[in-house]
Amino acid sequence: MMNNKDPKLLLQSAPLLRQELTTPAAMKDVWIALLPATAAALWFFGLGALLILITSIAGAVLTEWVFTDKDKRRFAMSDTSAGLTGLLLGLTLPPGLPLWMAFLGGSVSIGLGKVIWGGLGSNLFNPALLGRAFLLGTFPIAMTTWGAAGGPGDFFQIHSSNLAWPFMQGQYDALSTATPLGLMKFEHETTALSSLFLGNTAGSIGETSSLLLLFGGVFLLFRRGIEWRIPAAIFLTASLFSLAMLLINGADSNYPSPLFTLFSGGLLLGTFFMATDPVTSPLTPKGCWIFGIGIGFLVVLIRLYGGLPEGMLYAILLMNAATPLIDRYTQPKIFGRKS
Amino acid sequence: MATDSSAYEEMIKGLWRDNPVFVQVLGMCPMLAVTNSAINAVVMGLATFFVLVGSSFLVSSFKQWIPKQVRISLYIIIIATFVTVVDYSLLALLPAIHKELGAFIPLIVANCMILGRQEAFASKHNVKYAVMDAVGMSGGFMIALFALGSVREILGVGAFFGIDLFGTNFESWVIMILPPGGFLTLGLLLLFFNWFTERRREFLLKVAESDRMAYVDGDK
Repeated sequence: MMNNKDPKLLLQSAPLLRQELTTPAAMKDVWIALLPATAAALWFFGLGALLILITSIAGAVLTEWVFTDKDKRRFAMSDTSAGLTGLLLGLTLPPGLPLWMAFLGGSVSIGLGKVIWGGLGSNLFNPALLGRAFLLGTFPIAMTTWGAAGGPGDFFQIHSSNLAWPFMQGQYDALSTATPLGLMKFEHETTALSSLFLGNTAGSIGETSSLLLLFGGVFLLFRRGIEWRIPAAIFLTASLFSLAMLLINGADSNYPSPLFTLFSGGLLLGTFFMATDPVTSPLTPKGCWIFGIGIGFLVVLIRLYGGLPEGMLYAILLMNAATPLIDRYTQPKIFGRKS
Repeated sequence: MATDSSAYEEMIKGLWRDNPVFVQVLGMCPMLAVTNSAINAVVMGLATFFVLVGSSFLVSSFKQWIPKQVRISLYIIIIATFVTVVDYSLLALLPAIHKELGAFIPLIVANCMILGRQEAFASKHNVKYAVMDAVGMSGGFMIALFALGSVREILGVGAFFGIDLFGTNFESWVIMILPPGGFLTLGLLLLFFNWFTERRREFLLKVAESDRMAYVDGDK
């Protein structure tokens, strides 16, 4: 028997130095980082939002459970990545969405976004965003009907549209309002930066409070859970590009300021929690810069000239598709080799 | 009787084991383009059935007079003849559906499943086998079209053959009647088909193994 306690004789096989960051630990960090923004979302949108988050997580976890081999189930599901995908998807959904759609979205995220590619680490696209893209293509009206953010007074109020029967339309009880991005695009109205910062605006469940999303993002950066180059590249490109457009076109048109670009819509949520997904972003430092610059450029381009007010979803998905190519062309030179 | 059972075999193989869509993955263009409703899918299936059976019959009957060097163009001419017949018949009988299917009726000429059957089967077998094979293949094609069309119509508009299933409150899955829905549904059907085939093979292997073990045990 080998005595591990004898300090003079440590018998171990390589690797001798192990990184403490395992997949479950990394996932736990992301859960913690999302906590403040999720709590703020519940504050603004009440129990309905909580139900949406729970159903989309349930859809994701159940799908993972059904489509994973019985022998591998315990191991594959112990990293909680399926639930995290469900939470991320839920945070991108409008608060008045019928619950069955949230469940369907969670199940599509995992089924078509992850399991079909071969499980964790094999997918080309971010699963949560794939689920959202599916929902946006399938139910375009329900996915773009936004309720106003409420206060703590109507916390227990659940939208009647949330409780629609499966396959049935939601009956919307309140007048729908426009998101800051929608106001900017269609009405040429700017929303005050302070309300964008605190999150007291209409929008998807998780994309309201910029401040708390920034907290989560910075926490992840400090924990080295995410690659810093990607957010840096996105922020730089998006703000510089929108500043350039603003300067070229003049201030009185529908060209937003760089700060509005950064703090409105899903840009922060997408940047910190979806673009930096280690599976679907490039591996090389140079590749990360290219990836981030591409997203920052595309998101401003889609917001200004596309048909939709928000472009983060398709910007990230398009750059996800380009990731293998970026990886191939940014491989570092082997030391001593000529080319 | 032996020949009859093998002719029957030629027909059955197209329905399931060599299904032109699910196994050979041929004829994808009409498969994806016209299956946004069940009735369109069935009419397309019937048109393909007529064209494939007719041209297999002609190609097989004329096979000794078709020179090898120009066979493809001759097949195309034969197929195009039947397609023209179908085109004008549909225009006369079902003008509404003819309008909806549009360019995809003339495009049956370019369906590689039809040309493939002439090249691979009809030109090498006698008339009876060729016709049975064509019936099976186009039957399999029709089953696949019908499956895709039904799923897309039920989810996309909440109806089946135009009959409303869910009432007025139904939330239609817009993506299902658009091209991405065709790709998505076809992919999922292929997935299911392959999964089923795999399971069946595993099951048969298991049965064979247990039979063998029983035999070995009995021997002892």
